[in-house]
Amino acid sequence: MTNAANAIAGLETADGTPLKAALARALRRKRMRAVLLVMPLFIFVFLTFLYPIGLMLFRSIDNPLVSEHMPRTVAALKDWTADDLPGEAAFAALTQDLEDARKSGAAGRLATNLNYQTGGLRSTITRTARQAGKLEAPFKEKLIEISPAWGNIETWATIKLLSDRFSMVQYAAALDRKYDIHQNVVPLPEDQQIYVTLFMRTLWMSIVVTVSCLLLGFPIAYMLASLPLKHSNLLMILVLLPFWTSLLVRTTSWIVLLQTQGVLNDLMVFFHIINDAGRVQLIFNATGTVIAMTQILLPFMVLPLYSVMKTISPTYMRAAQSLGAHRFLAYGRVYLPQTLPGIGAGCLLVFILAIGYYITPALVGGQDGQMISNMIAFHMQKSLNWGLAAALGGILLVGVIILYWVYNKIVGVERLKLG
Amino acid sequence: MSLSTISLPDHAGPSEIIWHYIYIVICTLVFMFLIAPLFVVIPLSFNAEPYFTFTKEMISLKPEAFSLRWYQDFLSKEIWQVSIRNSFVIAFGSTILATFLGTLAALGLSRPEMPYRAAFMGILISPMIVPLIITAAGIFFFYASLNDYVQMTGSYFGIIIAHTVLGTPFVVITVTATLFGFDQSLVRAGAMLGADPTTVFFKIIMPLILPGVISGALFAFVTSFDEVVVVLFVASVDQQTIPRQMWAGIREQISPTILAVATILICVSIMLLATVELLRRRSERLRGISPG
Repeated sequence: MTNAANAIAGLETADGTPLKAALARALRRKRMRAVLLVMPLFIFVFLTFLYPIGLMLFRSIDNPLVSEHMPRTVAALKDWTADDLPGEAAFAALTQDLEDARKSGAAGRLATNLNYQTGGLRSTITRTARQAGKLEAPFKEKLIEISPAWGNIETWATIKLLSDRFSMVQYAAALDRKYDIHQNVVPLPEDQQIYVTLFMRTLWMSIVVTVSCLLLGFPIAYMLASLPLKHSNLLMILVLLPFWTSLLVRTTSWIVLLQTQGVLNDLMVFFHIINDAGRVQLIFNATGTVIAMTQILLPFMVLPLYSVMKTISPTYMRAAQSLGAHRFLAYGRVYLPQTLPGIGAGCLLVFILAIGYYITPALVGGQDGQMISNMIAFHMQKSLNWGLAAALGGILLVGVIILYWVYNKIVGVERLKLG
Repeated sequence: MSLSTISLPDHAGPSEIIWHYIYIVICTLVFMFLIAPLFVVIPLSFNAEPYFTFTKEMISLKPEAFSLRWYQDFLSKEIWQVSIRNSFVIAFGSTILATFLGTLAALGLSRPEMPYRAAFMGILISPMIVPLIITAAGIFFFYASLNDYVQMTGSYFGIIIAHTVLGTPFVVITVTATLFGFDQSLVRAGAMLGADPTTVFFKIIMPLILPGVISGALFAFVTSFDEVVVVLFVASVDQQTIPRQMWAGIREQISPTILAVATILICVSIMLLATVELLRRRSERLRGISPG
């Protein structure tokens, strides 16, 4: 071995460079070429995907409005301990800031921003900003007269809380928590808790979908793997066709099938399984979401299961049975353990895709079939509380990234199959 | 395609026979669960009445119970015309970009010298894994921040770019799959026989990966053609697409016109799937893997 290494070390190429260096250079050049091929897409993905997601995450901790538009108040509240109302200086600073904010047109956004944190502050801010220019010192009584909220320690604590440009306020809100006046994180009153329940429901529904996919996918994957290729290819088309069909088409189909006046209920009435008054609500609720999502994600379970089962030799089963194992015992102890890599890959993939599902729950979920993505969409498009949407998205993203990392570790992303 | 081709051994006892038939029934039900929803829509799209269920007349196959009125409606409404055109423009644009970028990257990723391959692959595939709503929100913020320089929200260009990034993982996956087990000595053989790298690429590599490139392109096309979340976030009313129009239709009130559209889309996906299957078999044959 060392002799060979020494021999190479002694060799030289035609132009006199040592062979070792020449080889290393050639390898480096090959490596460069491979990287250069990947770079265009990498840069593209970085610019149009990774950077935008970073931008969203930044928004979840970024809170510029108060520090930007209320600098005097922020300074006046710097040493305030929230034990008592702040002094006249803070009221004067506030009046000045709000007058400036009105002039620069930021008062409305400021009001909305503070209102997300403490309900009712919107009108307080807009009303005060409107009158701030006409006020004269001393301000304290006059401000409290305009809105009694200024006599509340909580109002001032809210301003102080939001005066830090970067904070975890949105994440606290996304986990049903808030900062009290002394800036401790406390749980919200129970009737205001929404998001943790929603996260739990999202997890629960994803688990139900994953398990349903496994239970339905396992037998057909087994059938596909044990049939001769000529037949299994035809059946495989039945698995792949939904995969290629528009998500919206499939969701529409489920609405048509499962509506109370839909095909399935009609059939059940026709066969007297239920009477006309007892039609079952199968869609626009959690049941509908789970049924539709199971069908939509089933191919993602069947494909990895199939590719693992295809490699399992039937001789193991025959051996187990000829050694006296009952058919079921042989399945449980010999066949099943060999399919575990496929089960793991399929379950992880289905779970990852299920947990972030948006379109199907939005269309067939009704009230109780909504998932966390739908709440993100609501805050993005309706309530326009983008900071909170970003924080909810951040939490979801962390979950997905962890799962994806696990998937990559145990399955390997290069083994993803699309038919 | 009879399911009885799964043969039972001759020595099967009665309990085994029973289990065998139960198993076949279960599998048939699961296949029906997969396919039935699609095929229920097709006859209903010919319903003469604006209902979403089979009328008595339809079941007794009276000709007057069937009509093409929803197809007429689909073809005569201007909003659908615009949507079809927009969907095709956006899908074609993003498919070309995604196929080009994805194929290049796949070529690099399948070279044995590629450093940090798993990490790169993980990042390049991630647009397929990250929930669409997060991607859409991120792109919305990104485009909004660019609007002072270039108008990205409410522009075709913006949607094409966003759809490209969603489509590239499919191209990367399908092309790396065709390159898997690619015999690098073919390249060296070509070079040794005097071909320059360009010739080697077009004469040796390209024919071998072409099936993968085409199926990747089809995947990218379908991804864009079916995408609605990003469109909802960054498009203006001018970029009405077929999925967006369907989305609106389902949310407001389903008109049977949507069933007609759905039927057409199902036919399109059958054709696409057939193309991809043929390509896959061709690719396996070319690479010497047993024909399906």
